[in-house]
This record gives sequence, C-alpha cells and structure tokens, in this order.
Amino acid sequence: MKEIRIQALSKAYGGKQVLKGLNLTIPGEKTTAILAPSGFGKTTLLRCLMGLEKPDSGTIEGLDGVRISAVFQEDRLCGGFGAAANLRLCAPELTDAQVKKALEAFSLSGTEDKPVSAFSGGMKRRVALLRALLADYELLILDEPFHGLDEELREKIMEETCRRSRGKTVIMVTHDPYEAERMQAVQTVHLDRLEADAAL
Amino acid sequence: MKKGLRLWAVLFWLLIWQLGSMALGSEILLVSPVRVIETLAGMAVQAQFWRSVGFSLIRIFGGFLLGALLGSLLAALSSRFRIIRELFSPLVLTIRTVPVASFIILALIWFSSRNLSILISFLMVLPIIYTGVLTGIGERDRGLMEMASVFHVRRARRFLMIDLPGVYPYFHAACKTALGLSWKSGIAAEVIGMPRGSIGEHMQQAKVYLDTPSLFAWTVVIVLVSLLCERLVLHGMDLGMKTLRRWKG
Repeated sequence: MKEIRIQALSKAYGGKQVLKGLNLTIPGEKTTAILAPSGFGKTTLLRCLMGLEKPDSGTIEGLDGVRISAVFQEDRLCGGFGAAANLRLCAPELTDAQVKKALEAFSLSGTEDKPVSAFSGGMKRRVALLRALLADYELLILDEPFHGLDEELREKIMEETCRRSRGKTVIMVTHDPYEAERMQAVQTVHLDRLEADAAL
Repeated sequence: MKKGLRLWAVLFWLLIWQLGSMALGSEILLVSPVRVIETLAGMAVQAQFWRSVGFSLIRIFGGFLLGALLGSLLAALSSRFRIIRELFSPLVLTIRTVPVASFIILALIWFSSRNLSILISFLMVLPIIYTGVLTGIGERDRGLMEMASVFHVRRARRFLMIDLPGVYPYFHAACKTALGLSWKSGIAAEVIGMPRGSIGEHMQQAKVYLDTPSLFAWTVVIVLVSLLCERLVLHGMDLGMKTLRRWKG
C-alpha cells in the first residue's frame, strides 16, 4: 500500500472546530502513531480515514479501494455471541483451529462459545483487537487499542499486535508514547502541535 | 418484585367469584366457577367443541402470522425507502385508530363471515408489528453498524449478528401485545359475524339462550388457547434466538 496524503483537512461539529487545515502524510506499510490530548480531533481524523465522517473541506488521497480494519475507541462487539462468532464476523474463512490458536495467543482460550457480553473489559478489548488483526486488510486503524489491558497482558498483546501487523500500514491513536515505541512506529504525530502550527 | 401469576392470588379471586355467585343465587347473572368447570368438562368430550376451537385457532392465529410477516416486511421496506414509509404512514395510523367494530361491519358488508376473523386479526396485528419492528430497526446499535461497514461484513452475517439481535426485543414485545389483541378482536369479529362452527357463534348462541355457564366456559377456553399461543410463539422465538447466539459464525 502506498502513502496516505491528508491535505488541508477540516471538520467542525456544531460550530466547534475539531480539525483545522490538517496536513499529514502517512507512510505505507509502516506504523504511524498519533498522540494528542483529548479534544484535538484524533478520533475524528480516524473516522474521516475510515469514511465514517465527511470532512468539511480538504482531501485524503491514497485510500481508494484500500481494505481497512479497525479497533474503535469502544469495543463494538456483538455481545450475545461468542468470541469465535465475533472473529468470524470480519474473517469468515477462519477455521476452528485458526480461531483456537488466535484466541490462545491473546490469552482467551476456551472463550469461543461464551457470550462476549459476559467478558471483562480487558477480554473484550482483546477480542476487538484480534478481530481487527485477523480480518483481511491493508490499513489497520487503532484507536487506543491497549486501553483497559492490565500491565502484564499489555506487553504480550502489544508484541503480538506488532508482529501480526508487520508490513501493513498502521495508524494508531494513543496517549502513551511507550505504546508508539513498542509498536515500532516510524512516525509519531503530535496532533496538538500540528494544530498549533496550522493556526500560526 | 416477582412477575407472573401466583397460585394463592388466583385461588383468592376464584373464592371471591364462588362466594359472589352463591350470594347472588342466580346462575344467569353470575355462574359459579365450579359450574363453569362442569360445563367445560361436558363440552370437551364432544368432537364439535374441538372442531370449533380448531376453526377459530387456525383463522385467528393465521391472521396473526400474516400480520406479523407483512408488518415486518413493510417495516423493513419503510426503514430503507422513505417514500414507502410516507406512503404507509397514514394507512397504519388509520388502522390503529379506527374502531375494530367498524372494520368488522365493513368486512361483513364486503365479504362472507367465514374468514372474517383472519382479516380482523391481521388488521389488528399489522400496525403493532409494523411500528415495533420499525422502531427496532431505528434503534439498532450504530457503533456495530459502523463497524460492519468499515469491515465490509457480508450482508447475511450482518443480518444475523447485528440486525436481528437489535430488532428482536422490539419484535418480541410487539408480538406479545399483538397476540393478545388478535384473540380479542378475532373473537369479537366471530361473535358479530357468527361464522358457522366458530367459538364466536357458540358465544352468540349462549347469549341468545341466556346460557351463562357456556358463555363463561367458552371464555375460559379463549383465555387458555390465547395464553397457550402466546407461550408457544414467544418461547419458540426465544429458543430461536438462543440457538442463533450459539452459532460459531
């Protein structure tokens, strides 16, 4: 996948300017981390990239026909269904053995048939991450993907995520520079500083 | 607070009924529960009784099924196409607000009374299911729908794992209301139209001959059959959803 070019991107909600003339180039097949405090339009930027929001002005180039996978800020799982069904929702070709192996790698063994609504917050997050990683994608969008994971598991899951997404274009929003480092981000974008630059 | 009927409360009201009947001393005005059970037992051994129950059951339940099917289909189309929603909105409002007696009399002018209860049951069920399903479609989880669009989830999977579970609570509640109403309106139609061999015809005859025990006995039959239908339909639907949720994808 080639680079993604964002030019003069602006988006406002109800009179509040969330993104203002943002210019950014995201390299292909590498990881880019986006950092900023709340309210600087991180999630809005991701929503624009996913095609869920239409920018007020500006352009995004390089996304035509690109297969996207994502971990949203919320887990967005089908609560009444088991982990296996949730994974197959986005990766229908997975065999039972593949599902079992993937769940084991994310410390979710034996949860294939258990309704995810009964899972803990950390377990739900891991299923959401695994779902995104197992889907067929070229661009992986991660919005605070490791939020809610306990320390010990977080290390393991970051390592697995980094390994499984190697060679793909990854855009990760986080508030923690350490996560950007662990994901081997080649570019770290401080959205608040870019906004300040754009305003000057 | 526990839901449902408590045996002691049922027995209490049966006792009040029995005492009231004994105090009045007139079987025509208020028959005793014991006499109703005797009458019911006498009726239940006759083949005609079961034929009448079958006659009304097939028609009223058939009307419910038709109403549920068409109501769901129309709601799905209305949610997809604004023009269909706008087109059917006045019709649904009319069916909801026009008194059932008006429909019954009009239907008797237009058609024979034999299948009257199908039409009336259908007309009472259609707007309830339509409104319930349309609300359910509008209340589906937006987050899940966005997720499905980003991942390009296949239509069938999206329907089974996102749409159906989202709409189901609304459909379930609508069916519960509609089932009770289909029996009330269907029997009312039969009492007015008196199709031969129906429960309604027997009730009308009971009125003409001041046969209060039969009237009460048929009423008990209607309540029991209506409750049985409700339990079977709702339980069947719940079982279907449970089975779906066990699906491994």
